[in-house]
Amino acid sequence: MRKSEQTPTFEDSAKAYLSNTQLRKNIGHATHTIREKRKGAVDEMPDWEKLREAGSQIKTRVMRHLDKYLLQLEESVQKAGGHVHWARDGKEANRIIVDLVKQKKVEDVVKVKSITTDEIKLNKALAKEGIQALETDLAELIVQLAEDEPSHILVPAIHKNRAEIRELFREKLNQKELSDRPEDLAEAARLYLRKKFLNAKVGISGANFGVAETGTVAVVESEGNGRMCTTLPDTLITLMGIEKIIPTWQDFEVFMQLLPRSSTAERMNPYNSFWTGVTEGDGPQEFHLVLLDNGRTNVLKDEVGRQTLHCIRCSACLNVCPVYERTGGHAYNSVYPGPIGAILTPQLKGIEDDGVASLPYASSLCGACYEVCPVKINIPEVLVHLRGKIVDEKKRNGTIKQKADPEHIGMKIMARAFQSRSRYERGQKMAKIGQKLFTKDGTISKLPGQLSGWTAMRDLKPIPDQTFREWWRNRDE
Amino acid sequence: MIQISLFITCFNDTLFPETGKAMVQLLERLGHTVDFPLEQTCCGQMHYNTGYQEEAIPLVRKFINVFEDAEAIVAPSASCVGMVHEFYGKVAKRSGDDKLKKQVDKIVPKVFELTQFLVDELSLEDVGAYYPHRVTYHPTCHSLRVLKVGDAPLKLLRNVKGIDLVELPMAEECCGFGGTFAIKNADTSMAMLGDKIRHIKGTGAEVCSAADNSCLMHIGGALSRQRSGVKPVHIAEILASTEE
Repeated sequence: MRKSEQTPTFEDSAKAYLSNTQLRKNIGHATHTIREKRKGAVDEMPDWEKLREAGSQIKTRVMRHLDKYLLQLEESVQKAGGHVHWARDGKEANRIIVDLVKQKKVEDVVKVKSITTDEIKLNKALAKEGIQALETDLAELIVQLAEDEPSHILVPAIHKNRAEIRELFREKLNQKELSDRPEDLAEAARLYLRKKFLNAKVGISGANFGVAETGTVAVVESEGNGRMCTTLPDTLITLMGIEKIIPTWQDFEVFMQLLPRSSTAERMNPYNSFWTGVTEGDGPQEFHLVLLDNGRTNVLKDEVGRQTLHCIRCSACLNVCPVYERTGGHAYNSVYPGPIGAILTPQLKGIEDDGVASLPYASSLCGACYEVCPVKINIPEVLVHLRGKIVDEKKRNGTIKQKADPEHIGMKIMARAFQSRSRYERGQKMAKIGQKLFTKDGTISKLPGQLSGWTAMRDLKPIPDQTFREWWRNRDE
Repeated sequence: MIQISLFITCFNDTLFPETGKAMVQLLERLGHTVDFPLEQTCCGQMHYNTGYQEEAIPLVRKFINVFEDAEAIVAPSASCVGMVHEFYGKVAKRSGDDKLKKQVDKIVPKVFELTQFLVDELSLEDVGAYYPHRVTYHPTCHSLRVLKVGDAPLKLLRNVKGIDLVELPMAEECCGFGGTFAIKNADTSMAMLGDKIRHIKGTGAEVCSAADNSCLMHIGGALSRQRSGVKPVHIAEILASTEE
C-alpha cells in the first residue's frame, strides 16, 4: 500500500479535533441530551432486558443461516414484483446502481438513509456519470451542502450548531434573511427539498430491515423525507447490507421497540415506511433491491467478531462513548464512527492499514457501549479480540520497524519477567533504580519516548522503597 | 473464619504497597487469616487487553498454579479481578489446553474484588472503620460494568465513622485511564481526565477514592500536577483506618 493511500491513525486525527472547542461543545451537548432522553425511554420498558435478549437471539439466528434467509428474501422480493441484485463489493454495487439510473436517462436522484451508500461512495460514482445525488435527510443535506463528511450514524451533522447551519443555508440555498431558529431552518430546507421530490424520477434509499419471509423492506425516520423518497419517484433502488435481514414480519415486534428508543429516545419513529415489491398505481412502479456484501461475509467467518453484524445502526454506543464525545466522528476516518465503527471498520476493510488498525485502540474499554447496545453486541470483547489479531499480524508479517517498536519489545520483556518470580522481583529492583533518573522532589514529571504521553499532563508517583512483598516477608520473619 | 489468599496484583505490589498492607490489617481485624503466595506476579491483563494475547497464556497458567488450592482469592482491584472473570476462559480457549480450561472454570468463582467480597460474601457493611475526611467515590468502569459490584463500596463507605461522603457528579463516566489507552491515546485520555478532575474538585472533597489504584494513579497524577490538594486513596485504606 502506498503511503498516500494510508488512513491517518485515530491518535493523530483525534489531536486536531480535541482542540476544536466549538466541536467539543456541540458534540458534548448533543450526546448528553440524547443520552439522558434515551435512558428515560428505556426505563419506561419493564421488559427491556428481555427485548435486548430477543433482539440478540434473532440476529444470532440470522447470522447462522444468513445464506438461507438471503435466498428466501430474494424469492420474496421477486414474487412481489421487485428485482434483486447481488453485489460482492462497493464497486459492483455502484456499477449496478449507476447502470439502473442511467437507463432512466435522469440527471439527478433523491436519496435517503444513505450510510451504506456512503460506505461504497455511491455519490461519487454517480457524479462521474454526470448524475447528481441529492441527500434529503436534513442532516445529510447539511453535510452535503457543506461539502463535509457525516460524523455520526444517526445525526450526521451533530458537529454543527444552528448558527453554523444558518450561515450554510444563507450561502448555499440563497436565503439571505434566514434566522437561526430551528423552525426557520427546517422550513428553508423543506422549500428547497419539496421541489426536488416532486420532480424526482429515481429515488435511492438504504434500509433498516429486510424481511426474508415477505420481501418487505423498511426504513424508519423522523422527518418524512424518507417517505417522499420511497414513494414519489417512479423507480426506487434500495441498497441493503446483507446483515440487515430479519427472518419474519413478526420479528418487527422486537426491533421496532429496540431501535427508536435506543436511537432517538422515542417510543416510535414518526415515520415508519414498509414496502413490498411494487403495487400497481401506488408508489414506485419499479423496485430494485441491491444486496451488498463488501466484507460482511468475512466478518461472519470470525466467531467473536460476527456479533458486529447484529448492529441495527441505532448509534446508542456513540452517544455514551467518552472517546467519541471528546473527538467527534471524523477522528475515526470512516463512515462508521464511534465504538461500533471501531469494530466494524477494521473488519470490513482489513487491518493491514495502520490507520484502520488504530481504531480498536480508540477505546478505554469502559464498557458503556456494551451496556446500552439494544442487541447486546459485546463491543469491548470484540475490541480486545481485534487488538489480538492486529498484534498477531504484526508478529507474523510486521516490518522490522513494527517489530522493533518499543511497545512490542517492552511487552515481550515484561511477559517474560512476569513468568518467573525471581525475574519479576529483579525487575522491581531495577525499576526502583532506573526511576531515579526521572524522579525529582518525590515525583516523576517527565518520561521519555512513548511514555511521555503519560507525563504530558500527569505526574507519576515513583515506586516506593519497599514493595508489598518485601513488607510481607519482613513481617513473617 | 476464612483462609483468604491475597491476590495483591503486580501493580499494587510494586507501586501501592500501602493498599496491600491496609487489606491485611482490615481482613485480620475482621478475624480472618490471610496468606500471600509469593510466587504470584501479574494476571496478564495489560498484555491481553493490548493484544499480546499469546503472552497472557503463561501468566494465566501461573496464576492458576499459585492459587489453585486457595479457599478464597481476594484482590484490591476490580480491574484485575475483571480480567480473571471476563477473559481467563478466553485465554484458556486460545491455549487449546482443555485442562487449563477446566482449572479456570474452577478457580473463577473463588476470585473476588475486596468490597464485593466483604458485602456479598461476608455479608458485612460496617467494618468498624473511622476516617474523618470529606471523601468522594469514583466507581471505576471495571467495578461498575465488568464486575457489577453495584453499591457495595458505597454501603461500606456510608458506615465509616466520621466520614463526610459526597456524591461525585457524572460518577459513572470513565476517567480515561484504560491501561495502555492512556499512553497510546494520551490526548483523548487527558480530555476525559480533565472532565473527571473538574467534577472531583467541584465536590470540595479532600480525598477521591476508588476500588482500583490504576485509575487512581491516573486521576491522582493530574490532581498532583494541578496542585489541587485532593488526595487519591484506595478504598481499602479507608476501610482499614480506625480511631486508634
